[in-house]
Amino acid sequence: MSPDFRFFQFAAPARFYVLAGRLVPWFWAAAAAIAAAGLYIGFFEAPTDATQGQAYRIIFIHVPAAWMSMLLYLVMAFWAAIGWAFNARLASMLARAIAPTGAMFTFLALWTGALWGKPTWGAWWVWDARLTSELILLFLYAGFMAIVAAIDDPRRADRAGALVAIVGSVNVPIIYFSVTWWNTLHQGASISVTAAPTMAKTMLVAMLLMTFAFWAYAFAVVFTRTRAIVLERDHHTAWAGEMAGRLPVRATSRLST
Amino acid sequence: MNWQSAGEFFAMGGYGLYVWGAYGATAACMFAEPLLVALRHAQAQRALSSAGDEGAA
Repeated sequence: MSPDFRFFQFAAPARFYVLAGRLVPWFWAAAAAIAAAGLYIGFFEAPTDATQGQAYRIIFIHVPAAWMSMLLYLVMAFWAAIGWAFNARLASMLARAIAPTGAMFTFLALWTGALWGKPTWGAWWVWDARLTSELILLFLYAGFMAIVAAIDDPRRADRAGALVAIVGSVNVPIIYFSVTWWNTLHQGASISVTAAPTMAKTMLVAMLLMTFAFWAYAFAVVFTRTRAIVLERDHHTAWAGEMAGRLPVRATSRLST
Repeated sequence: MNWQSAGEFFAMGGYGLYVWGAYGATAACMFAEPLLVALRHAQAQRALSSAGDEGAA
C-alpha cells in the first residue's frame, strides 16, 4: 500500500462527485450493450418453453428486477447504517439515492409478475407469501423515502431513514426464502449456488445478462442521483460552486480538504 | 430462430399483451428514471450557478 493511500479518500463528497462523474458514462455503455445482448439471446436464441409457451420470456426482466429490488434494499440499508454509525454524510446520501431506483425495480418485479401470473396461474395477483412480502418491500422503500423527506434537518432525516432501512431489511430474507418456508403458488428458485440450474442454458445466459445490465443501470442512475444530492446539500461550499462553474476550478488540493 | 415473421414475433404465441405489457412498462420506467435524475442534477447545477451570480452582485 502506498503511503499516500487514504481509505476514506472517496468518502469526501467532492471527491466522490468527480469520480462518479467519470464512471457514469461507462455504466451507461455497459448497461446498453449487455441489455442488447441479453434481449437478443432471450428473444432469438432461447427456445420456447414446453409448458408456458412464449409467456415465460417475461422471466428475462422479472427475475433481474426482483433480484435488484432485494439487493438494492440491502445496499441501501448498509450505506444508511454506515452513514449513521460513522457519521459519514456521503454514505447517507448514497442510501437516499438508492431508494427510488430500488422502489422502481420492486414495482417492475410486481408488474411483470402480474402479467406473467395471469396467463400461467390465471390470476393477476394472489396473496402468496412471495408476492405479499415483495409488496411489503415496496412499502418499506416508500416508508424510507417518506420519512427522509418529512424531516427538515438532513442529518436527522438520514438517521431516521437509517432506522427504517435497517429494521426493514429483515424482510429481504423473508422474500428470498418465502418459497421454501411456505408452500404457496410462486415457484421455487431455478438458480442456486449449490445445484445445477433447472433451465436451458440460453435462458440462463439471457437472464444473467439482463441482471448485469440492470445492475449497471442501477449504478449509473444511483451515482447520478447521488451527484445531484451532493450538489443540493453542499451548495454552500466552495467546491460545489466550482463544480457548477461559479468559480474557476483551481488546484485540486482544494478538493481534498 | 424462433420466429418466421415479424407478426409472429409481436404475437408472442398469443401472449403478446402480457409479454409486451411487461417489457413496455420496464422500458418506460428505465427511460423515464434516468431522464428525471438528469433533470434533477441539471437543476442542482443551475441553482448553484444562479446563487453564485447573486452572491457576486
